[in-house]
Amino acid sequence: MQRLLTNIRIRQGLFGVACFFLAWYLLVDLFGVWRFREMPKLVVGIKEWLSLDPVFGVSLFTAEYYTHIWASIYRVLSAFFVATVAGIAIGILMGWRRIFFGLTFPILEVLRPIPILAWIPLAIILMPGRELPIIALTFLAAFFVTILNTLLGVRAIDRDYFRAAESLGFSQLQTLSHVIIPGALPYIFVGLQIAMGACWFSLVAAEILSGSAGLGYKVWETYYYVQFPTMVSTMATLGFFGYISSALVRVVGNRLMRWREKILAGT
Amino acid sequence: MSGTGQLSIQNAGKIYDPEGIHMIALEGVSLEIKAGEFCVVVGPSGCGKTTLLNAIAGFDQLTDGQISMDEQLLASPGKKLLPGPDRIVVFQHGALFPWKTVMWNVTCGPLKQGRMKSVEAKEKARELLARVGLQGIEDQFPEGLSGGQKRRVEIIRALMNDPKVLLLDEPFRALDALTKSVVQEHLLELFDFSPKTVFFITHDLEEAIFLADRVAVMTTRPGTIKKIVAVDLPRPRDYRILTSERFVEHKVELGEAIHEEAKKAFEAGERELA
Repeated sequence: MQRLLTNIRIRQGLFGVACFFLAWYLLVDLFGVWRFREMPKLVVGIKEWLSLDPVFGVSLFTAEYYTHIWASIYRVLSAFFVATVAGIAIGILMGWRRIFFGLTFPILEVLRPIPILAWIPLAIILMPGRELPIIALTFLAAFFVTILNTLLGVRAIDRDYFRAAESLGFSQLQTLSHVIIPGALPYIFVGLQIAMGACWFSLVAAEILSGSAGLGYKVWETYYYVQFPTMVSTMATLGFFGYISSALVRVVGNRLMRWREKILAGT
Repeated sequence: MSGTGQLSIQNAGKIYDPEGIHMIALEGVSLEIKAGEFCVVVGPSGCGKTTLLNAIAGFDQLTDGQISMDEQLLASPGKKLLPGPDRIVVFQHGALFPWKTVMWNVTCGPLKQGRMKSVEAKEKARELLARVGLQGIEDQFPEGLSGGQKRRVEIIRALMNDPKVLLLDEPFRALDALTKSVVQEHLLELFDFSPKTVFFITHDLEEAIFLADRVAVMTTRPGTIKKIVAVDLPRPRDYRILTSERFVEHKVELGEAIHEEAKKAFEAGERELA
């Protein structure tokens, strides 16, 4: 039953994708509908992407393509890793210790709404080199999301679990590892999924402004040089890796939370 | 185990928000519970039963009077003794850790307190689980269990700590009538097997008489003890006792007192809504 269900899901998904490409082909390639005709043709884009000798220099078979992919993945992964570790630690402290919450919450709430784009100049001033500012910017949004969701997760733990732990003679540390962390995990993983999305979003913003490689950088470079087919295939590549990374977060979440019958949406 | 679990509640009072709405939850509650006695407190919803239980457990402070166990002060105004494994609570909505297996849940008390080795704790847990017909569920997560199974597991988790007093806060409230009668019998079986002082609160009169050595009726807000009746039904008890003459006599005797309070609580509720 389970297998059949996923099978249908997969088939539906593939069908949806096929419809999307068909619409593209009809609107752009075949009929050249108003405004849509400015888009690169689907066939041209795919041909360029699959070409051994691409017109604009980047395809599935060129080293440059992978340089950009790797640069972006490296930045996202390191930023996401730091945001996860630091965000969960701070979020748990905030939910667990009133005094820490009192001290930090106002700062968090002031810093959190500042858009990533507004952070760019400061990041460039503060961080040495080209790579570090990009990673810092990629980290920032994910960091705030993770803190907030972890905090909410700790707050959402039923008071009776804390009381039970106290009655059963748990130490503070045992309460942390057996009640607070597992209890907050569902919220934490919802937060991590959003954080992963925030990472890609901020990454592109940062790469556009101060990068020398990376998928976000490549999108703008191809725009300047009017290499629209490559621009669109780079965008699609961004989307693909964003999808894969969110799915990975879900898989890890479901593995860690096998006790839950309800699984995170979308898997 | 040291001590025997004799509970003494003297003139206990609790006022919520004394500066503001000044809600009197408990007033002048006095109750002596002998060691090894099964004492059930019955009263309408919102009469302060849970407040009293929380004070004994160490979750909440009194604003008047005192509670002591085996001559040792547990709670009085301005003094809050921490909760501990000598007074384990079985919660109204259940508080098995859903992210841990049944075995982890029932053995965590003695293991975290360092009172038992893992092998020993597991053996004792299996024995107790089997006693209430729950063998073979050790590796499951609580989410996969039925309501009745969860309640039994939680009671066993409490008993694993060998508490002096077992505090049960309407533990069978959410169960259907049939499941309830089975789980009640299991509780009595565990009680007969290893007698403990039990402080059990409920709003179900039949449940109270079926389980208790003594039933205390509580008044509606402010909560105080209205009537105490010793139940002289022989143990071990099973469901057949529910139709016995003596049971019905107790029901009549207590029913009137409770109905009065229920009516008062209902009217107070109507007033609040009006």
